[in-house]
Amino acid sequence: MTRVLARRRIIDVVSKILMAVATVIGVFFLFWIIWATLKFGISGLHWSLFTNDTPPPGTNQFGLRNAFIGSLLLLALSMGIGVPIGLMAGTWLAEYGFRSRTADTVRFLNDIMLSAPSIEIGLFAYAAVVAPMGHFSALAGSVALSILMIPIIVRTTDEMLSLVGGDVREAAIALGAPAWVVITKVTWKAARAGILTGVLIGLARISGETAPLLFTALNNQYFSANMLRPMANIPVVIFQFALSPYTNWQQMAWAASFITVLFVLVLSLVARWFLGKVQVAK
Amino acid sequence: MNGSDVVVGVDTGPASEEPRAAAKAWLSGDSLFHAAAVFAAVVAATTLFGTVIAIAYDSRLSIHTFGIWGFLKSSEWNPVTQTFGAFPFIIGTLVSSAIAMVLGVPVSFGIAVFIVEIAPEWIKRPVAGAIELLAAIPSIVYGLWGLVVFAPVFSQMEPWISNSFGKIPGIGALFQGPPMGIGMLTAGIVLAIMVLPYISSIMRDVFMVVPSSLRESAYALGATTWEVAWDVILPYTRSAVIGGIFLGLGRALGETMAVTFVIGNSNMISTSLLMPSATIPSVLANEFTEATSKLYVSSLIYLGLILIAVTLTVRFLAVLLIRHLGRKEGAAA
Repeated sequence: MTRVLARRRIIDVVSKILMAVATVIGVFFLFWIIWATLKFGISGLHWSLFTNDTPPPGTNQFGLRNAFIGSLLLLALSMGIGVPIGLMAGTWLAEYGFRSRTADTVRFLNDIMLSAPSIEIGLFAYAAVVAPMGHFSALAGSVALSILMIPIIVRTTDEMLSLVGGDVREAAIALGAPAWVVITKVTWKAARAGILTGVLIGLARISGETAPLLFTALNNQYFSANMLRPMANIPVVIFQFALSPYTNWQQMAWAASFITVLFVLVLSLVARWFLGKVQVAK
Repeated sequence: MNGSDVVVGVDTGPASEEPRAAAKAWLSGDSLFHAAAVFAAVVAATTLFGTVIAIAYDSRLSIHTFGIWGFLKSSEWNPVTQTFGAFPFIIGTLVSSAIAMVLGVPVSFGIAVFIVEIAPEWIKRPVAGAIELLAAIPSIVYGLWGLVVFAPVFSQMEPWISNSFGKIPGIGALFQGPPMGIGMLTAGIVLAIMVLPYISSIMRDVFMVVPSSLRESAYALGATTWEVAWDVILPYTRSAVIGGIFLGLGRALGETMAVTFVIGNSNMISTSLLMPSATIPSVLANEFTEATSKLYVSSLIYLGLILIAVTLTVRFLAVLLIRHLGRKEGAAA
């Protein structure tokens, strides 16, 4: 009897230690990656990164102005496409579809899209936009990125609108407000922190995406604001410069990684903070 | 769900005394808004099919040239002779993801149980947050870190791996080779780190919904934490846990940038895990912009079609299994 007990105790203690070790491993890698990005990134930071365009390789010059502006334009257009569609689709699910079979099918398909590998979406944008147009373009990149962010916004909008109590809605309907006024002025307003969280998470997800841009926006050594042409962007610059043999390009890749990680982490933390507010408000 | 099922979508009907023009204006606003919502929902629901159809359509040339079975089993990938076969990349994709699962699933399980059952209250939130931040780091940064920081460290460990595992009969051949730091095993390890947040957060979420009556009764009978985790929580949440693992597997199979940096990009199939290899996503990322002929591009897209067929199945099962627990919960309540 005591031997059985002792064995159970040993298994328990060993498993607890192993689980703590597993957690330490996970946290350790997070800090290792962030520390490396900090260390290499800060040494590559230079003011001229923001004022000059891509310099020739193998020199002492730095410059990513074209890529930063290109990335911002890509993200802006992606949000311009993705946010309205995601918001309206989520609204349809929560306000018109409810628990109907159709709505549940849409939710199911959306959940599958939620975990779609970005490379597949990139291939889709290539087939749907690049191939018919005949050349790579920033527009195709934005289409790919927006498809990646839509499922996230759909899901959070749906969930957050479902949390809004029926009483406010009924009160608005009783006042004679039509459905669309109830939705835009009452339920959207009540759920705005949650919906904004979804948009921020979606933005965080796409801001470091590289694979879909390789098939769509590609890259550009020069400054361009033409959405119908290839455009320089940070993720592809990181990919190409990191694998180049030139020191100044490699340093720029690290600096760009550092800024991307900083941007994404800040977005994630802000989103988390908003989400905390939603849960408290409940 | 209670209380939120108010039927807003149904026309609330203006009172008959109201002026007609106003009623019409409201009505058109309503129908416009409804139409926009329906349109958006249709877009969200059909992109999945659009993706499959567009990719299948663009790979038609290669399907026509090499057939299905011929493409799947051929190891010849030669742009010069315009012969293309998917076999090395399929193997590379499956093996690197398998390594990621072997390493990542137990660690994810440990993290989830640690957060739910073992950790003191004050440490739970920061630890859970830190693990989730792993998912926020862009995959290209994993790749850069893997190539520049991790691979040199790992190449120091590889002789030790070769010496200790390389002599085991049967599996020894898997661990023999020059210590290069990059290769299949490195890719698997980086993938394992990347899937940790996805698998562990699903596990954590479903472990939390296990009714406390179940858990408390097991503890009251004198069960240890391990026994509660293994014999009570895990069986109760089995389908969702498997779903979470599939979700992580789907991520690993389709992961592109991180793998491209560290796998070494070789079209050869090697018995050793320490040797360079290639996956479907990595060959796409490397060769797509350089593909010059129509057949070359079409063959690359064909590879993408194979990938989509595999990941779609995995993701379909994942979502199905995770939802299964939700329904069970609903029935129990």
